[in-house]
Amino acid sequence: MNVNFSLLIPEYVLVGVAFVVLTVDFLLPRQHRFHLSWLAAAGLVVSAAVAMVYRWDTVETLYDGLFIADKFGLFFFVFLTILTAVIVLISHDYVRQHIRQPGEFYALMAFAAVGMVGMAQAGELLTAYVALELLSFSLYVLVAFRRDDAEGNEAGVKYIVLGAFSSAILLYGISMVWGATGTTYYDGIAEYLALNDGNLDSTMILGLALILAGLGFKVAAAPFHMWAPDTYQGAPTPVTAFLAVASKAAAFALILRLFTQALMPALAEWQILVVVLAVATMVIGNLVAIVQSNIKRMLAYSSVGQVGFLLVGVAALGSIEGGAVVPITLASDAVMLHLVGYAFANLAAFATVIVVYNHIETDELSGYSGLAKRSPYLSMVMAAALFSLAGLPFFVGFLTKFYLFTAAAEADLLWLAGVAMAASVVSLYYYLMVVKRMFIDDVAESDTSPLLIRIPSLGWILLGALLVGTVALGVYPQPVADAVGAASGAILPDA
Amino acid sequence: MNGLDDSVLSLLVVLPFAAAVALILWPGDQLRRMKWFSAGVALASTALVAWVLLRFDYTDGPQYQFISETAWLDQLGIGFDLGVDGIAVAMLALTAIAFPAAILIGWNIDARSKDYLILLNLLVGGVYGTFVSIDLFFLFFFYEIAVLPMYLLIAYWGSSTSFPRFTRLKEYSAMKLVLFLVGGSVLVWISIIAMYIESDLDTFSLIELQGTGFDESFQDWVFPLLMLGFGLLGGLWPLHTWSPDGHVSAPTSVSMLHAGVLMKLGAFGVIRVGIQTMPEGAEAWAPLLLGLGAINVIYGSIAAMSQTDLKYVIGYSSVSHMGYVFLGLATLHTLGVTGAVLQMFSHGIMTALMFTLAGAVYGSSHTRDIRTLTGLAKVMPVGAFFFAVAGFASLGLPGFSGFVAELLVFLGLFQTYPWIGALGVIGAAITAVYMLRLLAKVYFGETDRRWENLPDLKLNEKLVAGTLALTLLIVGLVPFYLIDIIREGVRHIPAVTG
Repeated sequence: MNVNFSLLIPEYVLVGVAFVVLTVDFLLPRQHRFHLSWLAAAGLVVSAAVAMVYRWDTVETLYDGLFIADKFGLFFFVFLTILTAVIVLISHDYVRQHIRQPGEFYALMAFAAVGMVGMAQAGELLTAYVALELLSFSLYVLVAFRRDDAEGNEAGVKYIVLGAFSSAILLYGISMVWGATGTTYYDGIAEYLALNDGNLDSTMILGLALILAGLGFKVAAAPFHMWAPDTYQGAPTPVTAFLAVASKAAAFALILRLFTQALMPALAEWQILVVVLAVATMVIGNLVAIVQSNIKRMLAYSSVGQVGFLLVGVAALGSIEGGAVVPITLASDAVMLHLVGYAFANLAAFATVIVVYNHIETDELSGYSGLAKRSPYLSMVMAAALFSLAGLPFFVGFLTKFYLFTAAAEADLLWLAGVAMAASVVSLYYYLMVVKRMFIDDVAESDTSPLLIRIPSLGWILLGALLVGTVALGVYPQPVADAVGAASGAILPDA
Repeated sequence: MNGLDDSVLSLLVVLPFAAAVALILWPGDQLRRMKWFSAGVALASTALVAWVLLRFDYTDGPQYQFISETAWLDQLGIGFDLGVDGIAVAMLALTAIAFPAAILIGWNIDARSKDYLILLNLLVGGVYGTFVSIDLFFLFFFYEIAVLPMYLLIAYWGSSTSFPRFTRLKEYSAMKLVLFLVGGSVLVWISIIAMYIESDLDTFSLIELQGTGFDESFQDWVFPLLMLGFGLLGGLWPLHTWSPDGHVSAPTSVSMLHAGVLMKLGAFGVIRVGIQTMPEGAEAWAPLLLGLGAINVIYGSIAAMSQTDLKYVIGYSSVSHMGYVFLGLATLHTLGVTGAVLQMFSHGIMTALMFTLAGAVYGSSHTRDIRTLTGLAKVMPVGAFFFAVAGFASLGLPGFSGFVAELLVFLGLFQTYPWIGALGVIGAAITAVYMLRLLAKVYFGETDRRWENLPDLKLNEKLVAGTLALTLLIVGLVPFYLIDIIREGVRHIPAVTG
């Protein structure tokens, strides 16, 4: 049994960041504590750098596969910590204005990051579950962080009740899988499934369905998405961004590893379930987004829709040819690529929402009327973000959707890709309505805040970087595609 | 090998996008300089097209010329591959005339002209990109780019139309247009991915896919998707309803580009992606295309006859004229297809001219209602002259390019489907009726007192109208050069015979 604990050095650094932030919080005078964002962001970036240096060529496991350090894990380690660092920086001005305990806020984000990298690297169900819970608990607190805010409290209660409920479902599913297979290790489950090809007992099937439902709750796939809009709306906006981008990416890291390394042999059993989830999620998310009047709720439903697209990629992870399961690397590539693109675009959108909220103190869509007059820069970034989410060219969303749908076709799911494209057209409608508000409508007369919106310099730089990223990845995707390809090579055999 | 030959197409595509980026970064208060800059960009791209036109080997060359290939994404086998055949060259020529003309016509737009110029450059970049891409991914990429700026261009700079019972809002038209076009591109998208998977070549290269020889059953279900998906942008009945609304609501310069160039992307896509890669599918579905095209011609002209808004007349006449393009394509006969492409060119120029003149009338009279506009020839003699030219070209008078194009289409039809050819001639006759009536009513009736002080065309309008009319005339009188170029492209299409 390999117990080389030095393998976990990058995780130690990450946990260290959280504790250092908490400690420095005591030492700083209260009015300077919002500066902890710099420390937290720097720490997160350092941990990513450590992971890159330390694990570049490492393929090693702890406790016979309980924890797996490979290219896939490294990709998500770097992606998720950098993502968290960006969200920490995005929240800088928000925290300064609205949050009274910056230390706890940033430390919880770092703890959440620990949970997320654990989810990407777990090779065993309970480890994955514990990592997921570490993330969830950090988020329960973060969502209700503005405790004197009624909406924030409502969001917190909804999130914790449904979150706990879904964790229970997930755990129940895990216990059933254990009952059927006698193991919770991914490779053990895969072995069992390969041996019992085609005649799984009902316990195993129920276990699979429960795990899928539990994870469906976590990623807000329809019909398990009900918590998302209220939680997204009530949570502090940086936390909403975290929920929408980082925690979703981590959940998909878990899903990708679980479905490829453990459940692939039973593709015939779960593929249809994922397809049904994907269709429901795309359709419901994108249709309901149309009628929203609050930008955070709209982005919540839009991200439900995006989860639908990602599930298309999950459903396409393999196809059955002549009775044998053929894995499709293109699909796992596409899911990761879409996660990266989605992260850029969505963070740009949320960063804009934060700047606007800091100025006009509302998240209602009516506040976005005439935004182009108040700040051309903000409206340009927002438009780019929305166009990217809609999957229009020049922006990364076009490429990643193209990739995703090609992968779906590779798995003989061309019709599903067709449904997804139609859902994309629907999404374009409500994104364009926001664009129309920003560029064509006039500023609402009831709006009494100063006309011009001043963007803090940090926000300006972040918005610019995210905008450039959305365009650059859409125009020159080869490097990221190579990184993603290496990551999928670690979880799927070469086709 | 000349250095410019290798890079001329890349330059042509990159130039407008680079200009858009430069304009974004440009300080907002230097509007005049931005306009001159955009005009310079437009002329520079015209010069590049002229280079292509002059150096294109139309005697016995390879199908695609000026090829440049750059690997872009290895995982999917996507390359930034550019190249032109004769059909694309004709379309480039059209764009090269329409783009500077549109810039010039939009010269007096002063509301947020910076944003306007940025969007216009993006639009044109997308158009050039679609015409010169020989990789399906990039063809689709640019195709979508060309559609997108239309939303803001129409919804912000456009105008709404009042009807007796309702008002057609420009925002509505813009949204309708974008959703229709993006909806149509879903069909295209599905087909492209289906071709990629079916060919199993791991490439989106058009040249390679063209050589694949898809199964007949595959062609039979993919070709109609391409035909309808691209055809939608070409105004194919019954998917045309976005087009008159869009044309009318758009500002003049955008209508020019839209009806003049953008609709051609659709017909171009039907040829490039549909007919070229799927000869059997094209043959199987040609009767449907023929039927729809015939309805286009007749329905469009009848609808145009009953309009009371000047721009709606032109909008529906576009629908009708695009019908000849589909008829020509459906013949799958060298004459018919050549005529179709020539009609695309000719209609582009003619419609741009008509919208220029309609824009001039609307700009000074602030109405487009042909029931109140009468006898404008007395006050706008130059405008009346050019409108007469455009109208004659539109109804296919010999001497103008429309005649040559329609003649070729009819010749192709009579070789293949003579009855439909007769129907097409009837359509031309109806066109003559409403065009002449319009001309008589709006320009040569009794001059209403309201219009006595209406100014004639402004200098920029005269310049544009003159150039466009001259083009119509030149192509009408000596069409051989352009026909040779187009035939060179048509010759390589396996589905086209005769």
